[in-house]
Amino acid sequence: MSVDEKTVRRIAHLARIAVTDEEVGPLKGELNAILAFVEQLGAVDVEGVEPMTSVTPMRMKKREDVVNDGGRASDIVANAPETEDNYFLVPKVVE
Amino acid sequence: MTALNELTLAEARDGLKAKDFSAREIAQAHLDAIDKAQALNAYIVATPDRALKMADVSDQKIAKGEGRPLEGLPLGIKDLFATQGVHTTAGSKILEGFEPHYESNVSAQLWRDGAVMLGKLNLDEFAMGSSNETSAYGKTISPWRRQGSDAPLVPGGSSGGSAAAVAAHLCLGATATDTGGSIRQPAAFTGTVGIKPTYGRCSRWGIIAYASSLDQAGPIARTVQDCAILLGSMAGHDPRDTTSVDLPVPDFEAAISRGVKGLTIGIPREYRVEGMPAEIQRLWDQGADWLREAGATIKEISLPHTQYALPAYYIVAPAEASSNLARYDGVRYGLRVPGKDIAGMYENTRAAGFGREVKRRIMIGTYVLSAGYYDAYYVRAQKIRTLIKRDFEAAYASGIDAILTPATPSAAFGIGEMASADPVEMYLNDVFTVTVNMAGLPGISVPAGLDAQGLPLGLQLIGRPFDEETLFAAAQTIENAAGRISLPKAWWA
Repeated sequence: MSVDEKTVRRIAHLARIAVTDEEVGPLKGELNAILAFVEQLGAVDVEGVEPMTSVTPMRMKKREDVVNDGGRASDIVANAPETEDNYFLVPKVVE
Repeated sequence: MTALNELTLAEARDGLKAKDFSAREIAQAHLDAIDKAQALNAYIVATPDRALKMADVSDQKIAKGEGRPLEGLPLGIKDLFATQGVHTTAGSKILEGFEPHYESNVSAQLWRDGAVMLGKLNLDEFAMGSSNETSAYGKTISPWRRQGSDAPLVPGGSSGGSAAAVAAHLCLGATATDTGGSIRQPAAFTGTVGIKPTYGRCSRWGIIAYASSLDQAGPIARTVQDCAILLGSMAGHDPRDTTSVDLPVPDFEAAISRGVKGLTIGIPREYRVEGMPAEIQRLWDQGADWLREAGATIKEISLPHTQYALPAYYIVAPAEASSNLARYDGVRYGLRVPGKDIAGMYENTRAAGFGREVKRRIMIGTYVLSAGYYDAYYVRAQKIRTLIKRDFEAAYASGIDAILTPATPSAAFGIGEMASADPVEMYLNDVFTVTVNMAGLPGISVPAGLDAQGLPLGLQLIGRPFDEETLFAAAQTIENAAGRISLPKAWWA
């Protein structure tokens, strides 16, 4: 499978990365080189093979349902580009 | 007398305990060496004030006879580990200005044991790369040069700053991370030792995520023993990482003297790849001979799905990266570039903040996870991962204790030499290391000789899950036989 320029633009939008017209061509070439490289996986017989979900056999750990952290809003917003009263500020979403 | 920064970590530990020198003296020796080594660009930021403060605490502890396991030992931290109050970048512009209000589990355990932080080490952006050329903070230059040449070489990647700093005596040891070979390949390129432990051995909590099912932390140091000492402090169960394993941490340092008598070492025939340089093949044969002479049995084995590991990796890792890196949206930390609406702000921020290789991998990941392609790519790659893991399980079930392979298909290459339009060329660097991540196994890279141009080459040992001890024992056997590589003279100082 390979991608065309329209698909490159669609993927970029899905990934929320702005691309310029000049970037689309080279990106198409690079993505297609990678897709051509992974093409060989089609030759492997995977009939009846379970996809790996965990590299070591382990049971999902669950912690006690108790409050063990929290109350540090100012720490959480400390690195944000724009905040007000411990809230993150974002551009207007709803008109 | 050996300069304090040229001691091994074990020697420094003993010297501090014997009060031959102070923690402040050895910290200062490293800070001076870092100052003179700006040309290598191994550190993104040095933290001299913090280092000296921590060293003073260590000196007080030692004076009172309360020294902890790593008391006063100066270390570098890969800038993928969150360090409280210290700029943490992942080598990316998108995390500009980020100062975590928390400490990664692995680094916290090093400070708990008395180690001293020298600063944050350079890396490929978000640990994506094999040459440390993709960092937004500039390339790291290897302390190694080809004989008779002053052309700058790469230290490998993504833990290129860690490997270069250890090889250039800018720290006694360093933390690193390995998703497809990012500890073992730079260790091999710089004549240092690096171990990627079993997935789950070290907590990933506070390490900036690349591909969560593959990422694992480990040390790079100048000897096998030094790596064993560091891993002992880095490893251990952490309830904040659900994949961190609740197993006791063995005495890794004690394991180095076990030897290999009675062990069976597998030589996988699929690693004899086409076009492998004769000197790599020779080094591999030599490594097998050393282990045989030390009492191990050498047996040829087959790992039939080896060739599919790298292409499967380039589906799984980008897929997980595209998901993990969705958090860099200009809202919670780092860079924000305005746009005409919120989606425009996301798109502009990510376009300006991520470098080329990171964008490429996010986009491949987005594509293979998108509707209609998920089964054909991602699910198929995860099935192939099961097959790769079964290959190893069959080998271990047949009585193999560890597997010996070359660490890399070549010695270090020059800066810019791999800058072709085809990203796959660079990816082939990880052809011998990536299988280990795909199967979650431990792997160690140990220097074993020099090539015709005087550059170091490494051998890799792959172990059973949670059997790092056998790897330390076998790697020590190789280190004893090969002799310690003499590291380059400081042309940069």
